[in-house]
Amino acid sequence: MLQIENIRKTFPGVVALDAVSFSVKEGEIHTLLGENGAGKSTLMNVLTGLYHPDRGSIRLAGEEVHFTSPRDSLSRGIGMVHQHFMLVPAHSVFENILLALDGVPNFFKRREWKAKIQALIDEFQLDLDLDTPVWKLSIGAQQWIELIKLLMRDCRLLILDEPTAVLTPQEANRLFDVLRRLKEQGKSIIFISHKMREVMAISDRVTILKKGRSIDTLARGEFDEARLASLMIGHDRIPEWQKNLQMSDEIVLTIDNLSVRNDRGLADLDKFNLTLKKGEILGIAGVAGNGQKALAEVLTGLRNATQGRILARGEDITNSNARRSYIAGIAHIPEDLKAIGIAPDMSVDENLIMKSFKNGAFRTWIFQDKRAIRRNAEEKIEQFAIKSGPDGTPVRYLSGGNIQKVIIARELSEEPSVLVALYPTRGLDIGSAEYVHKVIADGADQGMSTILIAEDLDELLKLSDRIAVMFRGRLIGYADPRSTTREEIGLMMSGENRNAGSAA
Amino acid sequence: MFDTLEILLDATVRAGTPILFATLGAIINERAGIINLGIEGLMLIGALAGFAATHYSGSLLVGILVAFVATYIAGAIHALITVQLRGNQIVSGLALTMFGIGVTALFGKGMVGLTIDGFERIAIPGLSSIPVIGRPFFNQDILIYLSFLLVYLIWFFFYRTRWGLAVRTIGENPAAADTSGLSVSRYRFLAVTIGSGLVGIGGAYLSLASTPMWIENMSGGRGWIAVALVIFAGWSSPRALLGAYLFGGLTALQLRFQAMGTTISAHILQMLPYFFTILVLVVSTIRLQKGAGQQPEALGLPYDREDRK
Amino acid sequence: MKLVIERREISSRLFRFSAPLVSIAVALFVAGFLLLAGDINPLAAYQEIIVESLGSRYGLSETLVKTTPLIFAGLGVSLAFRMQIWNIGAEGQLYMGAMGATWVALFSGIQNHWLMLTAMFLAAFMCGGVWAGVAGFLRARWQVNEVIVTLLMNYIAILWIDYLVYGPWKDPRGFNFPYTAVFADTARFAEYFNTRLHSGFFLALACALILFLFIERTIWGYEIKVIGSNPKAAQYAGMQTGMAIFGVLFLSGAIAGLAGFSEVAGLQHRLQHGISPGYGYTAIIIAWLAKRSAIGVVIVSFLLGVLFVGGESLQLTWQLPVAFVYAFQGLILFFLLASDFFIIYRPRLIRR
Repeated sequence: MLQIENIRKTFPGVVALDAVSFSVKEGEIHTLLGENGAGKSTLMNVLTGLYHPDRGSIRLAGEEVHFTSPRDSLSRGIGMVHQHFMLVPAHSVFENILLALDGVPNFFKRREWKAKIQALIDEFQLDLDLDTPVWKLSIGAQQWIELIKLLMRDCRLLILDEPTAVLTPQEANRLFDVLRRLKEQGKSIIFISHKMREVMAISDRVTILKKGRSIDTLARGEFDEARLASLMIGHDRIPEWQKNLQMSDEIVLTIDNLSVRNDRGLADLDKFNLTLKKGEILGIAGVAGNGQKALAEVLTGLRNATQGRILARGEDITNSNARRSYIAGIAHIPEDLKAIGIAPDMSVDENLIMKSFKNGAFRTWIFQDKRAIRRNAEEKIEQFAIKSGPDGTPVRYLSGGNIQKVIIARELSEEPSVLVALYPTRGLDIGSAEYVHKVIADGADQGMSTILIAEDLDELLKLSDRIAVMFRGRLIGYADPRSTTREEIGLMMSGENRNAGSAA
Repeated sequence: MFDTLEILLDATVRAGTPILFATLGAIINERAGIINLGIEGLMLIGALAGFAATHYSGSLLVGILVAFVATYIAGAIHALITVQLRGNQIVSGLALTMFGIGVTALFGKGMVGLTIDGFERIAIPGLSSIPVIGRPFFNQDILIYLSFLLVYLIWFFFYRTRWGLAVRTIGENPAAADTSGLSVSRYRFLAVTIGSGLVGIGGAYLSLASTPMWIENMSGGRGWIAVALVIFAGWSSPRALLGAYLFGGLTALQLRFQAMGTTISAHILQMLPYFFTILVLVVSTIRLQKGAGQQPEALGLPYDREDRK
Repeated sequence: MKLVIERREISSRLFRFSAPLVSIAVALFVAGFLLLAGDINPLAAYQEIIVESLGSRYGLSETLVKTTPLIFAGLGVSLAFRMQIWNIGAEGQLYMGAMGATWVALFSGIQNHWLMLTAMFLAAFMCGGVWAGVAGFLRARWQVNEVIVTLLMNYIAILWIDYLVYGPWKDPRGFNFPYTAVFADTARFAEYFNTRLHSGFFLALACALILFLFIERTIWGYEIKVIGSNPKAAQYAGMQTGMAIFGVLFLSGAIAGLAGFSEVAGLQHRLQHGISPGYGYTAIIIAWLAKRSAIGVVIVSFLLGVLFVGGESLQLTWQLPVAFVYAFQGLILFFLLASDFFIIYRPRLIRR
């Protein structure tokens, strides 16, 4: 029903899509597989009319179409669940769904429309209250709202962009059941993922995307995990690293009954406890939005705790300012690079000294020593292989992987004893992600302890010495990555703990 | 005692009405996510356009319509720059205010000293004879009744119609509206222009009802008070009414003091509304942070579909 | 066919450099129609502006006289811009600075010339700073919108000066005019070339240079830039963003306050009603046109100084209201904002 041919799309300085072709049949689940940065999301934004391709054609049921806005694509029955949800947190579930519907009169009958939406919610046996404001809902529930928006519009082609990233394994299975049911109803689904297990479980056909190009399309039976992985990664050089068990019994950080409240007065962290040992990589698992960000922010000094203590080798460092916590050896790799990690309008040189600009090395009295700052940058650019562009290029023009390297270079330069890594590989391609893993593993060899907060269970299982699971701002328990199962962690992520503290 | 209260209340409503129109207009702008700091200039444009049209046509209705149209067009400049061209909303609004002050000074030169017949009071039978509140609220000119109606209509629009829901969504998360197939720029453009038109009626109230004449720079900062009141009102029209009358009351009291021949300097008395506005702004901002009311999330941010996060 | 808007691969250099000049030119063109509508021949008016402001030694000196307060106020506003803070209150800060300087000049009893000027400088600096500092404190402590606060404080400042010059500070021998007594010679700047050009101009240039060094070379300037670029990153790096917001607004107001000092000490030699025809508002345009550069502020201030001198002359010959200068400034800003768009985006036609 859908044919995409030779699509190209460029952004300032980046070729996001080079030459992409693939087709989707009626009633199939077609997976787009590719690592981060391969162009999957961009391709889908082209398909839904958000972006305009520079070249290439889209055919729907044989007829060439030119979408200039999502209105066009929606009217042809193409709907998408975006990775960043398109919801208004302050509005109710009802208002969010209603707005997305076609044919609602300006003076609509509230009760009538509520009943219509409720009927669909009941059909899929979802647990959604129409009057609840969206911000009160879990991320998983918010994703259901997005799906209902599309189903209410009777979309024939559904696009789901990495839908399982925010779900527990059990919730993901639930989603797959719904998708299979939709397939039986004759709907086509484009499923975007980079997780091999899911791709194997659900796809009828798979198209592999790499660096903005479609490499190949394989039907069920033609692919296995190894084949897909080799197609997806190709001949890229992946930095190699090895994890040695360095954990000693010395405790470098203790979090004791820590609570953090947000603007709305709710607890982001609720009497949270944690201990971290020297040289340990402690993974934190949990569905996004269960307090991970608050944990990272309170540890690095961006927020203050309302209750409880943080102890660094026994010394109380609760609510001391960011610099203070830095001295105590807590550094972090921020989640949203541009939101907290860098000053995007400033150069690499200037970003590298952000935490140390007051050090004697970089100033004389109140004047900055530009030469020393430059020398420092040259060193770091060399050491961390940062592709920084011409001197003075604002950091915003660097690629995600290189921005991450700038931050790592800055954070590691003071040799911290604890590193808080909040989603450190989110959005990075495999090469860059592995580089981050190598930095963390090498750091552990040097005696640095890491709190690794990630949403990808595979990443956590691979890297961590222990895994702690968070749910609604609380510590549910620890798991041993060598003996645990995904199902066990999944259950803990939804708040159940059958063997509390077995690995603690 | 009741007489004094009645007179004070009456003066309160009359002084508060131009600010009420302006605040309602600003709320419509901001609900769609566009900050409009041109309110002060728009009020002047409305005041002059309304006065001139009334003077030449002899009809107050024509005056009001022309005031609306003139500020609708002036607002369209702000809309064009901030919505279509994604320009900085603060700078564009300030430019609009400057433009309004300058243009009205130029074209108003010949209007100074002319007079018109202002609005007459229309008593609503029955209600207007209620003691104390009868005269202030039910024996007023037609624009004041219009303002009551607007307070309700704007509330109804935002919370009971789909267009209103669309405008609110666009103010909160334009991408959500865009991916649902709504035209962000069309809604924003109309919110700015129609909101500006209402501000213009507020300006016209000054030159047609408050003091039926044109004086250069006659808005005297009321537009800025309206901008601050939007925050006090928590972007809701009924609270805007409350806020506008608060300031109307302050003005009424200040005039009453002066009429009573107080020894306090007129200059000091004139400062009070500004001082009070800052106070109200501080208190409402603190309340806002404590979770009372909510600022549209996308306020002040241009929407660019291809702006990759 | 349908028109769509896309980001440019690289921002257009041609547009970036020509934009301010083109905007002024287009604004002149459009303002011409406004003048026509007001029964004034625009060509004659423009010619008069140029001749009056640049055509003679005296005209040029008058332009520099008007440029002086614009530089101070423009520097103040542009400093705050560096941190994404909007100081719309330069007008009020100018008035308060003038008040501080006047208080010292009239009531301190200092006899020494240099001591007097230094004291006036400090008083103006502090008064302007404190006036803006109020908004800085409110913004830093409770995130109160500094645009509205600084703006409303203009009205309060101007009324306060009116209160003083109509009331307690009124010159007893001034025939009831709203101004204070004239300053003694110790409280006056030197004048040059037999014109009204005074030391304030050179003080303004020095101020621009110091501010440039402050922003580009010191660790404080570095902090301001980081906070301006990304407050959260700054906070993470341990910078005290609240303190910086207060400090920058204080300094911004203090520099704008110097404009008031320069006006009373160099030009008017007394405090009076309406000492500024809106320099503080023009400062916002200057800061925006100068795109963050202190040197740019000086250049743009000069261009707008021309406009002020020309505007005053038009007021005399054509009875053009002074406020018309505002309309012109508003137009410049509109066109500048519009041209910014074409620096970043390009329109493209799409087949459908």
